[in-house]
Amino acid sequence: MVLKKVGGAQKMLNTKDKVFQNLHGFEEPFIEGALQRGSWSNTKEILSKNQNDIIELVKSSQLRGRGGAGFSTGLKWSFMPKDTGKQHYLVVNADESEPGTCKDREIIRNDPHTLVEGCLIASYAIQASKCYIYIRGEYHYEYVQLEKAIEEAYNRGYIGKNACGSGFDFDLYVHRGAGAYICGEETALLESLEGKKGQPRLKPPFPAGVGLYGMPTTINNVESIAVVPTILRRGPDWFKSIGVENNTGTKIFCISGNVNKPCTVEEEMGIPLKELVEKHCHGVEGGWDNLKAIVPGGSSTPMLPKNVCESVLMNFDDLKANGSGLGTAGVIVVNKNNDIAEVIERFAHFYKHESCGQCTPCREGTGWMHRMMQRLVRGEISPEQIELLENVTKQVEGHTICALGDAAAWPIQGLIKNFKSELISKYNKKLKAS
Amino acid sequence: MSENLVNIKINQKEIQVDKNLTVMQACEIAGEEIPRFCYHDKLSIAGNCRMCLVEIEKAPKLVSSCTMPLMEGMSIITNSEKVNAGRKGVMEFLLINHPLDCPICDQGGECDLQDQAMYYGFDKSRYKENKRAVDNKNMGPLVNTIMTRCIHCTRCVRFATEVAGVPELGMLGRGENAEITTYLEQSITSELSGNVIDLCPVGALTSKPYQFKARPWELKRTDSIDIFDSVGSNIRVDSRAEEILRVTPRTNEFINEEWISDKVRFNYDGYYQQRIDIPYIKKNQKLSSSSWEESLKILKNKLKSLKPLALVGEHVDLETGYAINKFMSNFGKDNVECRTDNQAILENLDSYRFNTPLNEIENSDLIILLGTNPKIETPIINHKIFKAYNNNSRIFNIGENISLNYQTEYLGEKLSNLNNEKLIKALKKSSNPLIIIGSAFLNKIKNIKTLKSIFSFADKYNVITKDKNNLNFLNPYASRVGQLILGNTTKNLCEPFSKLKKEKFEIVLSFGSEHIASEQFDNCFRVYFGHHGDEGAMKSDIILPTPLYTEKNGIFVNIEGRPQEAKKCHNPIGSAKEEWSIIKKLSEEFSFVFKPNTFEQLRSELLKKYANLSNLNEILSNDNTSPIITDIEFEDCKTQYPINNFYMSDIISKNSVTMVKCVEEIIPTPSLLEKSA
Repeated sequence: MVLKKVGGAQKMLNTKDKVFQNLHGFEEPFIEGALQRGSWSNTKEILSKNQNDIIELVKSSQLRGRGGAGFSTGLKWSFMPKDTGKQHYLVVNADESEPGTCKDREIIRNDPHTLVEGCLIASYAIQASKCYIYIRGEYHYEYVQLEKAIEEAYNRGYIGKNACGSGFDFDLYVHRGAGAYICGEETALLESLEGKKGQPRLKPPFPAGVGLYGMPTTINNVESIAVVPTILRRGPDWFKSIGVENNTGTKIFCISGNVNKPCTVEEEMGIPLKELVEKHCHGVEGGWDNLKAIVPGGSSTPMLPKNVCESVLMNFDDLKANGSGLGTAGVIVVNKNNDIAEVIERFAHFYKHESCGQCTPCREGTGWMHRMMQRLVRGEISPEQIELLENVTKQVEGHTICALGDAAAWPIQGLIKNFKSELISKYNKKLKAS
Repeated sequence: MSENLVNIKINQKEIQVDKNLTVMQACEIAGEEIPRFCYHDKLSIAGNCRMCLVEIEKAPKLVSSCTMPLMEGMSIITNSEKVNAGRKGVMEFLLINHPLDCPICDQGGECDLQDQAMYYGFDKSRYKENKRAVDNKNMGPLVNTIMTRCIHCTRCVRFATEVAGVPELGMLGRGENAEITTYLEQSITSELSGNVIDLCPVGALTSKPYQFKARPWELKRTDSIDIFDSVGSNIRVDSRAEEILRVTPRTNEFINEEWISDKVRFNYDGYYQQRIDIPYIKKNQKLSSSSWEESLKILKNKLKSLKPLALVGEHVDLETGYAINKFMSNFGKDNVECRTDNQAILENLDSYRFNTPLNEIENSDLIILLGTNPKIETPIINHKIFKAYNNNSRIFNIGENISLNYQTEYLGEKLSNLNNEKLIKALKKSSNPLIIIGSAFLNKIKNIKTLKSIFSFADKYNVITKDKNNLNFLNPYASRVGQLILGNTTKNLCEPFSKLKKEKFEIVLSFGSEHIASEQFDNCFRVYFGHHGDEGAMKSDIILPTPLYTEKNGIFVNIEGRPQEAKKCHNPIGSAKEEWSIIKKLSEEFSFVFKPNTFEQLRSELLKKYANLSNLNEILSNDNTSPIITDIEFEDCKTQYPINNFYMSDIISKNSVTMVKCVEEIIPTPSLLEKSA
């Protein structure tokens, strides 16, 4: 399918450079379609390579993890101990629960074979004969699709004993979550997979040393794994040619909120945010000038005000330099018709609800922050209390076991940083009215 | 430099420590105090309270020191502004939903949260929202819960799972709504459950019987010993005036670590119930109050003409035992018996004590329980076995098929089941096997060859080797090992009482032993020295009041042969007199030699005679070993367990209201299956 070009002089990502050719589900998602799109075409050849070579290739492609943190995937694989004689595991994190993000859903729904093949290759590279895909409980349809794809792969001998005739034995299991956001945190995911309560583990030890059932484990995002076969097929240089140094390749963006046409689209890493919104989403509701702010990477990342949105590039480093992050690339657009404080209050409610309750700052802090946000929305918070709120977010940030505390704190910090004067005037208005 | 050391800097001070330590432990060695709530030496690391944050140079965030392993060259800062701010933040979070009801909280004055809030708390609350309230949970008659105070450190959850071995506590819910609960709103089925009270750093779990009784600074502390089982757990008795208000553990890494059983912790209300406070004499089949002069006069006259036997009870200290022995030797030999339960022994110490040091039980890889139920007889030893079980030790059980808090492999109810093929196979593979033989068999052995055969069996399968003796004899009574060392027993190695029948004793003196009520002595004149009105006292002709262990000093030798001192906490109730002083008085009447004039003199005479007992808190050495015979033959003796009800094992516990409540609420909890059936 060729996207309709809207405005913009810059070129769009070439269709042939897209990793997920069937992201929108216009073609057959299963094996026939997948074969046509090139999946499984020379998997045996890839598996005949040395395991270290595969890791090196992925490393040199500069693929960075698509789950949010942006850690080099190849480097992560290289942390796995070699030839330990222990059972190694690959765990694929398909517990996609970040508000505003639905990229893994599209991959699993419409192009599941890229993931299945990716699992095989990645597992081979880290010497894991078993791989678990932990899929979000709410993704029932996707679960069915994935199971069907796995069955097809088993039936054709692509996975299972002597996968693709390579001599490598590989088993792939799908495990359904039960709807907890925290189980998307990699160690909480392992706990949940082991049948325990989903609470993050302490690090160190890191999963590469002590992971699932105490064995060396690598945990990767669905997108990171699903792009691997294409990288190996087309070569790391091709992947590197897209985007800029250290922010290479293609990326799936999910744009939602106040845009004319919300969509999920695969684009070049580092596409300007404005271009992404204007070209693929047909612009902001009420025009670009009606834009208030954009949350660039799922609900955990601080928002960007309009002036930054004009020029920022959607890649890890540029967003970081502008005080936010790429996260999961779930772009949430907010226009001036909405109360920005209300948006962030909803985020705060989400984090309060999803905090696991294990460690103090997050357990107590998310509730406190949410209640203050509720009052903030009503304009009942004085400027001093806004400072207190900011102070509370600082007390949560960086003091928790996992990153949920940070994720809860950042959106509020972003709000106060960019719209403080507005919040104060809200208070003054309320004061006057009363 | 040793390979096991790392060089680190703590607050710019260089120090060399073991590399296996955590940052927190290293800081403690360096003398830097780190505040903490969730961390506890004896429990797994949770790292969830975040109070122990420290700064590590080059690390972007503060790290929790309890979870962080050391690395070479690490530079740790514990006193920077950043660290302080982090801890203050955590403290504020802990306090926002804490009720701050310290004035009515039992933990007040000994509360970790209170203490640390003095350092890291704000003077005013910045929290303007509504506080959280949490429903209290029913945790039975021992543990009082005020769950709004809970700071979710999960120490109690980890204790229940890891130490008590009953995963009956847990955290339900998420985030703010997370609550510690017993799931089914019932007390946890462990004999160690009271320890969660000490573990709880705040006032969420407190002692129910002690509720609103006292403040810690009002209490007088006395160090003592748990005499309600044979382990000799170290306890601290807190009293105000002439009343004991609570009992808590003292740490002793060799014995009870930091735990004590619920019995000694909560049965102290029984110390003051049904007490014998004045002498009684039976006249016309009815006991009537009397005076010391009158009762001692009658006793003297009876002793002049009748042949006496002394029974030594389960709570008798060494000094009393020594005085009894001294006195009775004037009337002949073989007239004192402490084995009122018919325990079979050989001559040597190693045939009636727990030969493995208690803190080494956990190193065993195979444990055989022979006619013992450690869970209710000696909960502390049971905990050590549970530790071994967690270290992948196999546990075999012979006797009744008892239910324990860990999995055992049941082999049958006869001693001869020791020859079970599966067991023999496992024994041959085992590198450190251990046998615990309990009273259920020992009290029933009729042929002493059986006991000797057990030694031979142990020798054959390397339970006894040159360097170690892992053949252990377990009885649940605090006085037993000490009294046997003093020789307060007759020459009959097994079944002492059925053999005593032949000797025509005419007067029986019982020192706290209920065995005096037995039919065997129906024709004898009965004299009872004791503190509680039990069956023995009811059947006696003379009752003389004596003090309880908390009302006098005394040494008790625990099951592994470790003499320990229990100290006097307050004066005896009523006109009770210490046994030795009664004996001294009688000796004077008879013109027997009894030199000591004071208790101290008695003790020094005793320790002079038994020099090896003078090393208090050290395990006795054992020079002689029991002989090994060549042929092994086990008789088929029936089992009879000495204790069936943990909460009602002795007269003091039977008189405790708390223990009665435990029996009502904890023991008859039928499982859900039984309920539905």
